[in-house]
Amino acid sequence: MKNRISWRVATVSSARWETASARTLVLDVPDWPGHLPGQHIDVRLTAEDGYSAQRSYSIASAWPGSLEITVQRLADGEVSPYLTDEVQPGDQIELRGPVGGWFVWRSSSPAPVLLIAGGSGVVPLMSMIRARGDARGRQPFRLIYSVRTPEDAAYADELRRRVRDDPGLDVHFVYTRKAPEGAGTPKRIDVAAINSHGWPPDFQPDCYVCGPTGFVETAADILVALGHDPKRIRTERFGGA
Amino acid sequence: MMEIDGNALGGDLSEIFAADMTGAVFTCAGCRHTGAVATLRVWEPAPGLVGRCPSCTDVILRLVRTPSRVFLSLTGATRLEIPLES
Ligand SMILES: Cc1cc2nc3c(=O)[nH]c(=O)nc-3n(C[C@H](O)[C@H](O)[C@H](O)COP(=O)(O)OP(=O)(O)OC[C@H]3O[C@@H](n4cnc5c(N)ncnc54)[C@H](O)[C@@H]3O)c2cc1C
Ligand SMILES: [Zn+2]
Repeated sequence: MKNRISWRVATVSSARWETASARTLVLDVPDWPGHLPGQHIDVRLTAEDGYSAQRSYSIASAWPGSLEITVQRLADGEVSPYLTDEVQPGDQIELRGPVGGWFVWRSSSPAPVLLIAGGSGVVPLMSMIRARGDARGRQPFRLIYSVRTPEDAAYADELRRRVRDDPGLDVHFVYTRKAPEGAGTPKRIDVAAINSHGWPPDFQPDCYVCGPTGFVETAADILVALGHDPKRIRTERFGGA
Repeated sequence: MMEIDGNALGGDLSEIFAADMTGAVFTCAGCRHTGAVATLRVWEPAPGLVGRCPSCTDVILRLVRTPSRVFLSLTGATRLEIPLES
């Protein structure tokens, strides 16, 4: 984290599907220095003719432990379909990291935390939840996770288990296309959802918002309108809609 | 073009600087707004990344990557304040 970083070669040690279109890759990197929840890596793929493409992927795992990323396949994408559908354990990819020191959660911070995720924006927030759980952190954590349908929720089983086992962790889902029985009609994230399932501004929570650019903008605007201090709102935009 | 933010500049900037730059604080030469580099509005695709002030949308920095070099111009910032790792 302190030194200049450069590209290194990682081996995919295993892979698993989180949903029908999101896959986690476990990466083996010799001498990985460790990382903070919220950091990402840059992945570089190079074709035989020398053409190369570079993309960022958030780190999903906590440290100490393994280095894992979760990639959401975009049907018309250049890099993500390769990482979800082509790469196999034993294959090597180039990566650089860990990257970023601003959109990170430090377990030494006592403040309550509000996490707001849109789609694959849950990945760096999951690293924070895992880090807190592993350290038996006491900071009250709330996650508001917007997904299209219940089938699109990554880490669903683990989140259910952690809500049961990690004291002070709450998870609320917002369904935008299809809601399960009893969860009301599908809708986009709105003031009511953040107001009822977030923390009141006077608790002075640290807020982390991550997802597609439009989603992040909406959620951050709502937080400010509800009275949250903009200095406590950290955002990361994945691009897309 | 797709909008992301200054978090995505972290990797290229760490190849130049020996410190994390997403947490560095810029001062906009146009409107004097200050904020973390992570909050810049950035447009893809690479190799040319343009970071704009989230307050007045003036260009703060441009970063162009080639296989062997990174070109960084910081014409829109009067100042960069870089936290040192303690
Ligand atoms: C800091 C950072 C962290 C990221 N972390 C993750 C992560 O943990 N998991 C993950 O899956 N992705 C993550 N992303 C997004 C990722 O870097 C790529 O943009 C994404 O995988 C698409 O790449 P591609 O080459 O498949 O698609 P491209 O070939 O680049 O784009 C194909 C089409 O999809 C659109 N598009 C591009 N990105 C998105 C997007 N994110 N959502 C919707 N539409 C999009 C483009 O406008 C284009 O029309 C992150 C991005 C940033 C900046
Ligand atoms: Zn400005």
